[in-house]
Amino acid sequence: MSKIVFVTKPVVALKQVTIRFAGDSGDGMQLTGDRFTMDTASLGNDLSTLPNFPAEIRAPQGTVLGVSSFQLHFADHHVQTAGDAPDVLVAMNPAALKANIKDMQRGATIIVDADEFTTRNLSKVGYETNPLEDGTLDSFKLHPVALTSLTVAALSELTLTRKEAERSKNMFALGLLTWMYHRPTEATENFLNAKFAKKPEILKANLLAYRTGWNYGETTEDFSVSFEIAKAVMPKGKYRNISGNAAMAYGLIAASQRAELKLFLGSYPITPASDILHELSKHKKFGVVTFQAEDEIAAIGSALGASYGGALGITTTSGPGVALKSEMIGLGVMLELPLIIIDVQRGGPSTGLPTKTEQADLLQALFGRNGESPVAVIAPSHASDCFDIAIEAARIATTYRVPVIVLSDGYIANGSEPWMIPDVDSLPDLRVEFAKSQEDFMPYLRNPETLARPWAIPGTKGIEHRIGGLEKADKTGAISYDPANHDFMVRTRAAKVAGIKVPDLEVSDPTGDAQVLYLGWGSTYGPVSAAVEVLRDNGEKIAQAHIRFLNPFPKNLGEVLKKYPKVIVPEMNMGQLAMLLRAEFLKDVISFNQVRGLPFTTAELVETAMGVLHD
Amino acid sequence: MTDVALTKKDFTSDQEVRWCPGCGDYSILSTMQAFLPELGIPRENIVFISGIGCSSRFPYYLETFGMHSIHGRAPTIASGLAISRPDLSVFVITGDGDALSIGGNHLIHSLRRNVELKILLFNNRIYGLTKGQYSPTSEQGKITKSTPAGSLDTPFNPISLAIGAEATFVARSVDSDRKHLTEVLRAAAAHKGSAFIEIFQNCPIFNDGAFDSVKDSETKGAALLQMVHGQPIKSETHGLVHEGASLKLVELSSVSESDLVVHDAHNPDPSYAFALSRLSSSELSHVPVGIFRDVARPSYGSLVNNQIDEIIAKQGAGDLSTLLSSGDTWVVE
Repeated sequence: MSKIVFVTKPVVALKQVTIRFAGDSGDGMQLTGDRFTMDTASLGNDLSTLPNFPAEIRAPQGTVLGVSSFQLHFADHHVQTAGDAPDVLVAMNPAALKANIKDMQRGATIIVDADEFTTRNLSKVGYETNPLEDGTLDSFKLHPVALTSLTVAALSELTLTRKEAERSKNMFALGLLTWMYHRPTEATENFLNAKFAKKPEILKANLLAYRTGWNYGETTEDFSVSFEIAKAVMPKGKYRNISGNAAMAYGLIAASQRAELKLFLGSYPITPASDILHELSKHKKFGVVTFQAEDEIAAIGSALGASYGGALGITTTSGPGVALKSEMIGLGVMLELPLIIIDVQRGGPSTGLPTKTEQADLLQALFGRNGESPVAVIAPSHASDCFDIAIEAARIATTYRVPVIVLSDGYIANGSEPWMIPDVDSLPDLRVEFAKSQEDFMPYLRNPETLARPWAIPGTKGIEHRIGGLEKADKTGAISYDPANHDFMVRTRAAKVAGIKVPDLEVSDPTGDAQVLYLGWGSTYGPVSAAVEVLRDNGEKIAQAHIRFLNPFPKNLGEVLKKYPKVIVPEMNMGQLAMLLRAEFLKDVISFNQVRGLPFTTAELVETAMGVLHD
Repeated sequence: MTDVALTKKDFTSDQEVRWCPGCGDYSILSTMQAFLPELGIPRENIVFISGIGCSSRFPYYLETFGMHSIHGRAPTIASGLAISRPDLSVFVITGDGDALSIGGNHLIHSLRRNVELKILLFNNRIYGLTKGQYSPTSEQGKITKSTPAGSLDTPFNPISLAIGAEATFVARSVDSDRKHLTEVLRAAAAHKGSAFIEIFQNCPIFNDGAFDSVKDSETKGAALLQMVHGQPIKSETHGLVHEGASLKLVELSSVSESDLVVHDAHNPDPSYAFALSRLSSSELSHVPVGIFRDVARPSYGSLVNNQIDEIIAKQGAGDLSTLLSSGDTWVVE
């Protein structure tokens, strides 16, 4: 079918579309969404994605609890978020419809697998009557498609059981949507060819279902038009689509290459950070060591041990893991060794919402240890920014010999967007200098500029020395219980972190006289930027700034806060950055908080700003 | 190898040793300082990593690289170091509380992986640094500050634990027996992978005399069952014979020498070493000492690094530009 290049039905041009694929967690919705994303990216639309899935691997079939979804927003212009309300919902069963219908606005398109709307399945999710027939969906463009039986019929020639054949129905749905939105098909066909190379029957089934779905759109009267979305205008360059976790892994590899240090990852599997471990473990040809430790503590301990030996020691985790690692982070502070801790935040406290997003580990990152234990804290703003933030983390950790906590979160970790592939030569030179053989070596004699102590690795003749978690004497590093020395060392460690060079905060204020500033951090960047765009398009004056460096803060942050009478700080927590800003700058910022496990929608951020603008 | 042979003095740091007078740690330290020169390894390539507890002060007193880390976690730090730096010789110094209570998880996992670590567990059967609470190796019923009516916990047998954790080298020695301890250290150093050594260590302040039966000249001859590979296992008065699948302690006078179990430290079946480990009762009337088990298995670090080398040999070294441009890409003109 890749040969078919013309479409006979009318084509409508659109500027942007948001599609949500929803089904049982076993229905392959994430894969379907991923493929549609890749085909959309390669077509040149800008895009942003939001996977949303339950913590249970296979929740009871057909229940609302077990619904997994994947949302994709793509456009002919720059895209900031995965979109608020979907224009199209693909619901593979009644549960998927029930779980998602509240997010749909009148007039939206709903495509359902009609075969799944049986009395039994309907009652399972509490539908007393069939919503496909009882008129409740009259305000939507409803397309009941017999996805399952059409797929099974299409595969009847193959030697598959009915159950095996049914499993290809996600490809039917993908084929149909691919036709509707004029996506190219080669890449998905290549993907399937590679994925099922060793299972020829399954490969045939998937390809056939995919083509049948496409042909269904093309030939049946149910779908009278298809849509086209022109390429987005993007800066010249080579692009790929990338998720936050993949970008983080690539950034860490890039950092180790630029630093000429062995990358050592000590990690314990935890949602939603495990994909960084998975990705890094694929790249051993870069000399990458991935050590799946027995627990979170061993994971960071091994990373610190590797750092002590002169490697780029990294650990990846989520909030509960950071809690377990806190004593070892404190040791890292005391030993003054480079260490990178990636915290892909999720809903908390405790096990919380493992697969949902939140920003509630900020205060834990800053203060969640015994004693005065300052570390650097930085946060990526969007998926591809994870690449740059990883390099930044390595720069700070190796230059200042300090633990760096990177606060990513579930939204940017799993979400994806097009990324302009950087020229490797443009990446910063991160090479480091280890302490050399010398007489009378002093392990805590500091670089006067950075206050960093020497990185003195075993194997270097003549500088044998002992370090540890006990307080040390200035310069010599010998154990010291001297009161004045402890006071001095506590202040010195604080001064070292406070003195980390970070770029000034950039403020976008096109009119120059805005009175309200939207100030975000981390993954709220996309939604806030989208809201600011809408507000400005409506003639509102609003400034925007986004904090990537949370400790230390940018040097000009105080001035920025002073300049704007009203500062709105949206956070997916109960106001943690707001608390810091109030404490440090005595600025009574307006804290806007949500902890629903989902990113902010553009609409609610617009509404909040309107309330403040027209107070 | 160094050009000039090093001496015990070269391995002695300038730090004042701060253990209590009469502590068993002194003799272990002295034995170690005297033993290290014979390894022929430059000082800078030796690293001692400890946790928390009296024994964990050990690294401060050795003129090598050293790290006094946090409670129970020394094996984790040492693992990261040993895996990423196979050129180093890494020792872990720990105690019964550090290794078997708070750090139990790391100990068993380091052993099963066979990370290139020499783990010395100073077992004094008490918490010394926190001033005298019972430890996971204290005998049941022990009266301590935290158990005035007697402890209720069944103790760990560290040797059984290590064997159960798939350790490839497991040995026991006694703090005051320098010759024996040196022999065990020598064998441990020659072993590829994890070596676990339990050292009975007297705490003169909080658990004095805990190991008298294996230290007093009057009783030790009978109490210490010497395990030497290829030799019958026996003390001066007792020996071991096979009884079904298990081992039995008998008086030497009741059997002929040829009936005694001849020690096979390289026996691939861990149940043999495990049976030996069960012979030490908590009152220590009979205690096997020496090497329980010494079997060959690739060290974890060599497996990790070989895997990387093989992938590089097959695919070539990674190229960053190629990696970043992998997968579906497109060009915006």
